[in-house]
Amino acid sequence: MTPKVEVRDLRVFFGGEEALRGVSLDIAANRILGVIGPAGSAKTTFLRALDRMNELKAGCRTAGRVLVDGEDVYGPACDPVALRKRVGMVFAMPVPLPLSIYENVVYGPRLNGVRNKAELDGLVEECLRAAFLWDEVKDRLGGSGLKLSGGQQQRLCLARTLAMRPELILLDEPCSGLDPISTARIEEALSLLKERHTIVLVTNNTKQAARASDETAFFLMGELVEMGPTGRIFTNPSDKRTEDYVTGRFG
Amino acid sequence: MKASSDAFVRRLLLAVACTTVLCLLVIAAFIFKEGLPFLLKVGPGNFLFSSDWRPDSGHYGILPMLVSSLYVTFGALLVGAPLGIAGAIFLSEFGPPALARVAKPAIELLAGIPSVVFGFIGVMVLAPIIRGAAGGPGLSILAASLVLGVMILPTIMSISIDALAAVPQSYREGALALGATKWQAVRMVVVKAAGSGLLAGTILGMGRAVGETMAVIMVAGNAVRMPRSVLDSGRTLTANIALEMGYATGMHRQALFATGIVLFVFIMILNGLASSALKRRAGKR
Ligand SMILES: Nc1ncnc2c1ncn2[C@@H]1O[C@H](COP(=O)(O)OP(=O)(O)OP(=O)(O)O)[C@@H](O)[C@H]1O
Ligand SMILES: [Mg+2]
Repeated sequence: MTPKVEVRDLRVFFGGEEALRGVSLDIAANRILGVIGPAGSAKTTFLRALDRMNELKAGCRTAGRVLVDGEDVYGPACDPVALRKRVGMVFAMPVPLPLSIYENVVYGPRLNGVRNKAELDGLVEECLRAAFLWDEVKDRLGGSGLKLSGGQQQRLCLARTLAMRPELILLDEPCSGLDPISTARIEEALSLLKERHTIVLVTNNTKQAARASDETAFFLMGELVEMGPTGRIFTNPSDKRTEDYVTGRFG
Repeated sequence: MKASSDAFVRRLLLAVACTTVLCLLVIAAFIFKEGLPFLLKVGPGNFLFSSDWRPDSGHYGILPMLVSSLYVTFGALLVGAPLGIAGAIFLSEFGPPALARVAKPAIELLAGIPSVVFGFIGVMVLAPIIRGAAGGPGLSILAASLVLGVMILPTIMSISIDALAAVPQSYREGALALGATKWQAVRMVVVKAAGSGLLAGTILGMGRAVGETMAVIMVAGNAVRMPRSVLDSGRTLTANIALEMGYATGMHRQALFATGIVLFVFIMILNGLASSALKRRAGKR
């Protein structure tokens, strides 16, 4: 089976600094890839390179190839706007748009031209349910998304990403700053979502990667040290540095 | 040493602040003392809503001036607000960052050009063009609106640029990550988030347009008549005060002070609106 995403010698530079140093890996469809590594190891940079969000930062340059379904994301034929409609991203800091809860969820579909009220209503309920947020907000969909708690905002951001029905979902530490209950809800949501989506989950919490992901990639200082089935990475890693990191003996 | 110089500076600043506030209070009190008795004697209704202004025979109706002021102010807004906000959006969202860095101080410099210069350009360039193209005297409400519209651009633009810069980058990224184009993100999210700041800039620009005198005297024509169209000559409240202050005595003089009260209240209301708009933005985050 061909992988959903193929990454080949991907490099990202900020000014003269090389933040991501030649990463190559494959992401299988309908799997959750966990990405772990210490702070500053370029996990976020890697994730943002997949849907061309890095280029919004001044002075950033990317080299190498990213193929999504065989299409070169950095090729001249690829429109980043169209790409980002297929690839959803949830940021490390939850930032609802300054709109109502309802409008946050339907923002993407509206951009795609969905106008039908019933369809949008259905989508809102479906996506909020999938993000395990529906019961908490169903009575105040018209209220501002900014007035939700941090954990609710994070799930709202997940819901608004789901509403675009992306093939690939990129999550950057979606549970940082969340309580264990909210974290468990998001992990539960992810395990259901992978039936229809491919997911990349960046996390600072190695236990979360062990629980939630099918495969795990370990990044260190901008390089991919090792990637493999999650069970093997956590029980029998082939690189000493990986072993040190997952057993908490790092540094 | 450190503590005592601190205390000294604090006392000095307090004294300066008190003096400033006191000055303003004295000015306000003076205007009200001169104008209020008149206002009560003639009656605010007669004063504001009669269009008969003949101070020498005891007729004090400022409606023509009031209407001219409104015309000129809203005309200026019609010119200045769209241009200013669009310019701010272009500079801060679409232009290269280097351009925005250079442009903002340049725009603020524009605010320092003496208004007589704007008036001069209006008289020499704009009025003849209007006369030639649309007829009428040239020196008109339209000319004043255009000149004022340009004059309030710096105010509107610089406050709008600040408002846009205060929108968190994460809003832009959030919208773009959902597949919005740059323009969609700006229109649907950034402008919305900056909305009250853009409004505040517009209101402050409006305040500037209401209060501007010199340029208006030079280009508006100053006829004491109810303007029938924007091509007509008109005299604004501020122009009326400036033009008649030199020789006004007695009731006439008081009438001008009462006009000052009207302007004062108007500006107060505008500033109140602007600061509540700005506060609303601060509260939203
Ligand atoms: N906008 C930027 N400009 C310059 N350097 C940057 C920029 N963004 C990231 N970097 C650099 O790239 C490197 C990788 O950063 P990145 O945010 O990808 O790390 P991370 O693994 O996500 O860390 P964390 O776990 O703290 O989120 C860091 O050394 C950082 O300093
Ligand atoms: Mg990160």
